[in-house]
Amino acid sequence: MADLEYLFFLGCLIPYRLVSYEVSARRVLERLDVRLIEMPEFNCCGFPFAPANYELTLCLAARNLCQAEQKELSILTLCNGCFATLNETNKLLEEDGKLRERINGYLSRIGMEFKGGTTVKHLVHMLTEDVGLERLKEHVSIPLTGLRVAQHTGCHIVRPAKVVGHGDNPEDPKMLKDLIRVTGAECVDYMDEAECCGGPIIGVNEDVPFDLTREKLERVKAAGAQALITVCPSCHMMYDFNQPRIERAFNQKLGIPVLHYTQLLGLAMGIPAEELKLNQLRVKPTDLLSQLKR
Amino acid sequence: MAEAQIEYPRVVNIQRIDPKFKHEIIRMPGAEGINLCFQCGTCTADCVISRFSGFYKPRRIARMVQLGLKDRLLSNDDIWLCTTCFTCVDHCPQGVEVSSIVRALRNMAVRENRVMPSVIKAFASNILKSGYVYLMPSSRLKRREAEGLPQLPRSRVEDLLELFKATGFMDVLESAESIDRIELKAGDRRG
Repeated sequence: MADLEYLFFLGCLIPYRLVSYEVSARRVLERLDVRLIEMPEFNCCGFPFAPANYELTLCLAARNLCQAEQKELSILTLCNGCFATLNETNKLLEEDGKLRERINGYLSRIGMEFKGGTTVKHLVHMLTEDVGLERLKEHVSIPLTGLRVAQHTGCHIVRPAKVVGHGDNPEDPKMLKDLIRVTGAECVDYMDEAECCGGPIIGVNEDVPFDLTREKLERVKAAGAQALITVCPSCHMMYDFNQPRIERAFNQKLGIPVLHYTQLLGLAMGIPAEELKLNQLRVKPTDLLSQLKR
Repeated sequence: MAEAQIEYPRVVNIQRIDPKFKHEIIRMPGAEGINLCFQCGTCTADCVISRFSGFYKPRRIARMVQLGLKDRLLSNDDIWLCTTCFTCVDHCPQGVEVSSIVRALRNMAVRENRVMPSVIKAFASNILKSGYVYLMPSSRLKRREAEGLPQLPRSRVEDLLELFKATGFMDVLESAESIDRIELKAGDRRG
């Protein structure tokens, strides 16, 4: 198999709050012979600024894309928001000559020019399309048979469908489900799986995201899942980090461990839980781990 | 449950209409299709936020843009409640990017109305210091090293400042009034 190599775009939230996602991803990708090239230089993808000044977002994203162009590498992200912003900017500036000219006008002030030609992939796309389920399966040494989990794909790697590409179904996402099944775990269905976590507005209102999060966790629990699997740091923060706060706000015990997909895959590859930083999760997956040991 | 009285006026005052408003919005990326909205309401039916806010109904917002109710739109904090889940964009039978229209409204509110969520101001201050929207504590950077993780890539913040200035964002960053928290109002519903 040809070597897989990507420019690794880590983003801001992962190194700040969710090193467990980074560490588990690096461990798993190392096993899969996926080479990660660090960004020579970095700035936030631009996602948080889109509501305030979309042109600034396009500039910030383009600045990162320019580095990938120079390196002639595809960008790999672990974050849905980073994926969405870099991918959308890449496509928009490739297709819309007028906008490209305008953004390049700004970029010329810092000696950069967007040319296009890069591909942006999220981990889920990369594992599905480039590594492939078959090859992934070969690396599963301890199938997680008997484990029941649910998935939360999140919004920005499936919607808007015409911008995202990659062919997953935004109404009923399948890619993460297939990736989960490769580990030997069962992936259960639940109501409104494609619904948003509410995370992007947590900075201005907690009530609505908390309601949405509680609703999802209740449905996941009712479906009999022992854990929720995420692929986005922002969604993970909502379901794991905020879960105790939601339990207090609604005076209700939820107790659903929320694992990064890379942690689940790592377990199935036989990587020890400590190395996958499962101890860093806020909702401890104690029952789940003891079941796997049996 | 009886519907509570919604606090904003239901009458359109013709003096307050800005006939050029929709044409301004149309020029902003993603908002080109606003005139195609025929008020079917698919966006509102499928919007998670509409379940909670009395004001944030994408169909209403699209109609208010078409009518030119600029002041009422830009001065209502609820336009900041969209999570950008893009369900409305995927479902619109007319191909209108409703969520992008809301983004255009927010951008205009920042530029002209000069309001901005304080969280975005904090992100702006952080990125101009480090390139990241969060300031990484030195303890965390040391722990990375201890765990054998690669050093975080650095950023040329002087370049970022240049882009902030070039796009006009620097001009409003200081002067914009902060939106700290959007309270759900009378007439809003919890889900």
